[in-house]
Amino acid sequence: MSAVIEKKGGFRAWLNKRLPVDQFMEDQLTGYYAPKNFNIWYFFGSLALLVFVMQIVTGIFITMHFKPGWATAFDSLQYFVREVPYGWLIHPMHAVGASFFFVVVYLHMARALMYGSYKAPRELLWVIGMLIYLALMAEAFMGYVLPNGNMSYWGAQVIINLFGVIPGIGEGLTEWIRGDYGIGDATLTRFFSLHVIAVPFLLALLIALHLVALRQVGSNNPDGIEIKENLGSNGKPVDGIPFHPYYSLKDIVGVGLFLTLFAIVVFFVPTFGGLFLEAPNFEPANPTSTPDHIAPVWYFTPYYAILRAVPDQKLGALLMGLSVAAFLFLPWLDKAKNKSYRYRGILSKLLLGTFFVTFCVLMWLGLKPADGIYVLLARIFTVLYFAFFILLPFVSKADGNGPVPNRVTYNAH
Amino acid sequence: MSDHAAGHTVGDTAPEVDESRRKFLIAATAGTGAVGAVLTAVPFVASWKPSESARAAGLPTEVDLSRIEPGQMATFFWRKKQVYVVKRTPEMLASLNSHDGELKDAKSENSEQPEYAKNDARALKPEVLVLIGTCTHLGCLPKTRFTPGDTTISADWPGGFFCPCHGSKFDLAGRVFAGSPASVNLVVPPYSFEGDNKLIIGVDSAAKGAA
Repeated sequence: MSAVIEKKGGFRAWLNKRLPVDQFMEDQLTGYYAPKNFNIWYFFGSLALLVFVMQIVTGIFITMHFKPGWATAFDSLQYFVREVPYGWLIHPMHAVGASFFFVVVYLHMARALMYGSYKAPRELLWVIGMLIYLALMAEAFMGYVLPNGNMSYWGAQVIINLFGVIPGIGEGLTEWIRGDYGIGDATLTRFFSLHVIAVPFLLALLIALHLVALRQVGSNNPDGIEIKENLGSNGKPVDGIPFHPYYSLKDIVGVGLFLTLFAIVVFFVPTFGGLFLEAPNFEPANPTSTPDHIAPVWYFTPYYAILRAVPDQKLGALLMGLSVAAFLFLPWLDKAKNKSYRYRGILSKLLLGTFFVTFCVLMWLGLKPADGIYVLLARIFTVLYFAFFILLPFVSKADGNGPVPNRVTYNAH
Repeated sequence: MSDHAAGHTVGDTAPEVDESRRKFLIAATAGTGAVGAVLTAVPFVASWKPSESARAAGLPTEVDLSRIEPGQMATFFWRKKQVYVVKRTPEMLASLNSHDGELKDAKSENSEQPEYAKNDARALKPEVLVLIGTCTHLGCLPKTRFTPGDTTISADWPGGFFCPCHGSKFDLAGRVFAGSPASVNLVVPPYSFEGDNKLIIGVDSAAKGAA
């Protein structure tokens, strides 16, 4: 390839001598071979990157008008939405974008679960991905607190008080996080700083690491077999095709479909029936009035349901933390020889299917009030949730070792 | 490297590397750097602590008790937290003795209160109940359900507080009922009286262990 570069004259050659543009394209895109059997589940990685960029851009423009702080946050955001030209569009793009970010990330994670993409040699790729997910949760939480609506206030109250259950240092820690005895100016301004500078920087760094790790180990695929083990005469995988132009073009189709759905929600149902933006957040924070029913935004509700299911505060907080952290250990809990669930037994399929259903049911339960049948259901599904992680080593060892094809399954089209 | 080495050697013999000296220098440099980094972090981490003015805003709150009728509750702010002040009637106080078996911490052994409020009524003066109005579960505001047998809770409800967020229940001394997600009783802040009708929230009473 470098020989090709040297032949070119003019600006391109001048540029490449000083900045390896063509080399970068070759290494990362045109010479990066991805399995040719990608399906619809492989849209969500690039879509996550798209939403990240979209959140940064809309965020920059909201920041131009938003004034963080106890007295100014709510009004300045209302001003942006109601008075600033196109503020009515840019703010919902950001708020709806947060929810779509999680939709895309959850589907991206589900894909990794189904095809065993977290298994060796991609453990670190998965762990970096989980760190992105954690940073994203922090980013989304702080973003929800910033407008200082009443749900912002009480949601923050609940989440920050979670740190108070740590024995000994709990109370001091919550005061340190808030910078006051209660949520106030100091809390909102530091959350603003973290939300617009610190965490986005961290996310960008982690995303870059995620991509570097992906280039190192190569993409997994729905069959879960390593294409690098079957190279053609050109030294490239016979079951691989260059990422660019093949998958870059495919991803554009995904982007088109995604943006269509996104636009429909932004224009016609921006609150999504209270799921994306909750009604109590349209009134300013009021420390003297708890909303009758505090629920976090839908993407946190599975964990929230687990927290509420436990009739003991410390144990509840501990289980909630564990329920998120458990994902980190998946690469080592899964003892199957095969990666993809396509080539695992019925027990494995049942186990993973039950987990997907459990996650969705907990998500729904977290939105419901904590009484009566909902508490009982939350307890049952909390047990099922952890059962997945506890049973996985045994089930995967027992029936994850069947025969796999030598070549990826693929129909030309 | 070779140029550099050549400048210091005579003939073919490379200079001898003093490994232990090199080890020491590496450890000392890295160690000093690490200590410096940690010390540099101190002002940044400390900048998150409540400022002096935030602390000053947490000064004691004075309450005129003569303005609260028996059986009623008034709320006040102290350190950004709501403080519930209830003037308990003799009936309300009597209701406290009926349900010790249903409480998680009837004697307030694991709960937070000043020594002078660690008694059956959880108060310095039984008729005045002072509580921090944030649920010990996760900090929502428990709502008043003072009517015994309140239909929204249960027929044998003795009267007390109910947290709408996660369903914790407390009696009229802020003691948590079993089956609630909260593990401990509502917190009693430090307080004291000046004369008969002036309550000071935030200043400890001189009385120790008064019943």
